[in-house]
Amino acid sequence: MRRFILRRVAALAATLFFVSILVFVVIRVLPGDPALIIMGTEASPEAAARLREAMGLNRPLPVQYAEWIGGALRGDLGRSIQYDVPVGALILSRLPVTFPLTLMAALVMTLTAIPLGIFAATRHRRWGDYLTMILSQLGIAVPAFWAGLLLILLFSVRLGWVQAGGFDGWGQGVLPALKSLLLPAIALGLFQFAVLARTTRSAILEVLREEYVKTARAKGLGEPAVLVKHTFRNAMIPVVTVVGIQLGQLMAGSIILESVFYLPGLGRLALGAISARDLPVVQGVVLFVASMIVMINVAVDILYAFLDPRIRYE
Amino acid sequence: MNRRRLHPFSHVTFTLGFAISALLVATAALSFVYTPQDPLQMSIAGRLQGPSAANWLGTDQFGRDLLSRIMTGAVTSIAVGVIAVGIGMGIGVLLGMVSGYFGGWLDEGFMRLIDAVQGFPAILSALLITAVFKPGIVISMVAIGIAFMPVFARLSRGSFLELRAREFVLAARALGAGDGAVIFRHILPNTLSPLIVQATISFPVAILAEAALSYLGLGTQPPYPSWGLMLKDAQNFLSMNPWYAIFPGGAIAVTVLGLNLLGDGLRDLLDPRVRG
Repeated sequence: MRRFILRRVAALAATLFFVSILVFVVIRVLPGDPALIIMGTEASPEAAARLREAMGLNRPLPVQYAEWIGGALRGDLGRSIQYDVPVGALILSRLPVTFPLTLMAALVMTLTAIPLGIFAATRHRRWGDYLTMILSQLGIAVPAFWAGLLLILLFSVRLGWVQAGGFDGWGQGVLPALKSLLLPAIALGLFQFAVLARTTRSAILEVLREEYVKTARAKGLGEPAVLVKHTFRNAMIPVVTVVGIQLGQLMAGSIILESVFYLPGLGRLALGAISARDLPVVQGVVLFVASMIVMINVAVDILYAFLDPRIRYE
Repeated sequence: MNRRRLHPFSHVTFTLGFAISALLVATAALSFVYTPQDPLQMSIAGRLQGPSAANWLGTDQFGRDLLSRIMTGAVTSIAVGVIAVGIGMGIGVLLGMVSGYFGGWLDEGFMRLIDAVQGFPAILSALLITAVFKPGIVISMVAIGIAFMPVFARLSRGSFLELRAREFVLAARALGAGDGAVIFRHILPNTLSPLIVQATISFPVAILAEAALSYLGLGTQPPYPSWGLMLKDAQNFLSMNPWYAIFPGGAIAVTVLGLNLLGDGLRDLLDPRVRG
């Protein structure tokens, strides 16, 4: 197991290196002159030259990369042009929106998908099963941001129960903060449940076909005991993997939902930075989110090996 | 298993999916020659109207006919979907087949690159690219295509790993076929079926992504009609004309539903293992 983890972590380092190269190439290499992007083409040549000097754009690309990534590893992602504060601090200030939103959405997703998946599996090829599958087809088809708009239309425009968006911060109390994240979390999580529900269903169906389940039934065990003691644990292996993979998707999805509900999270930070041509901020946010997703994927791999010892001996 | 199940059109999922997808393509094709009204024709008097006899689905904030705009928006969705899947499949299969066929350090390196690309969902690539290039329909095609690359790469790598040691490949090589001939003439044709299924599954995902990117302002730009862009505008007028937000979203949902059903049906028909 230790060797497996070490190998995965070494691979993670290589992967993160590629992530940083991709971000660097798009922001610093492809555009030709980032200084002109930041200042616009109407900038005077002198001003552009000063910015180039300040940003270190005159040096060779490998040197620029080494400096940027060296800084990033120490938590220094450069300074925001728009706000004139460290990019790292800006990202940290937006996490209390994006992280709770992602986690709440994951919770909504898990709490609907797993019970529905189990329900469908235990009613295989009967109405309950078909109904769940139809629901999950609809869930996949509805874009999360449209679901968000419909929720706003219903709960805020029509019924007036909640405000249509915005976030006053955790300082105003935990409950109001959770309340402003609830609708976006539902829009994001409820409509992501489909993949997980399908995975849960087929995982349980798979396990129910195993010999040891037949044995358990043959020795007279009741169906609930068969499900709880013999089926769930083994069926949960693929389910955990999908939850992990979905976590990355939800994080990307929260970027969109933040726009629907006017939440000051990472996504809105990046979108604002794009219109303000604040390259260091875009670069920092994208590097941060992509690295998070890659790390979640590796964590899922390792967790998978913990749950299923067969994987380690590959 | 009875014979009826094998007939494509007796398969409910496939039939329903096919019907909806055909309707989508027909709508898009029709929009080139006919729309109920000019999708760009503004009318100050007829702003933000609900459904009526003149405008079946109502009008937007410039008084433009929603039905006509949704019809032309279908073209955008299909175009972005097809090209994005094409980009993802093209690059992905290329990387995957080189990786799987040659193996070794090349494989190791490519797979880490693919892992890295997996960290960039379409939204993230689009954010990154629009930071330096003007947002537009091409950006969304590229961003969505990049997001699809890993799945195609893994799929074709797996097939190549499996097939490269098979007898017919060894035989071809023994008869003097070079790497290029072995890859393209002998192995690639045998890997196509799962790739086609994956492409069908990816297509609706691309349409969802295009809508999301346009909604965020990172994709299709006005005045080109796009369903996501319409929803972005509709959000500002939720209380005045809720239909404006309902119809374009409904168009996305129905389209994606139809294409998903088509993909599921196709997978069942092409892959006998998941049937029965």
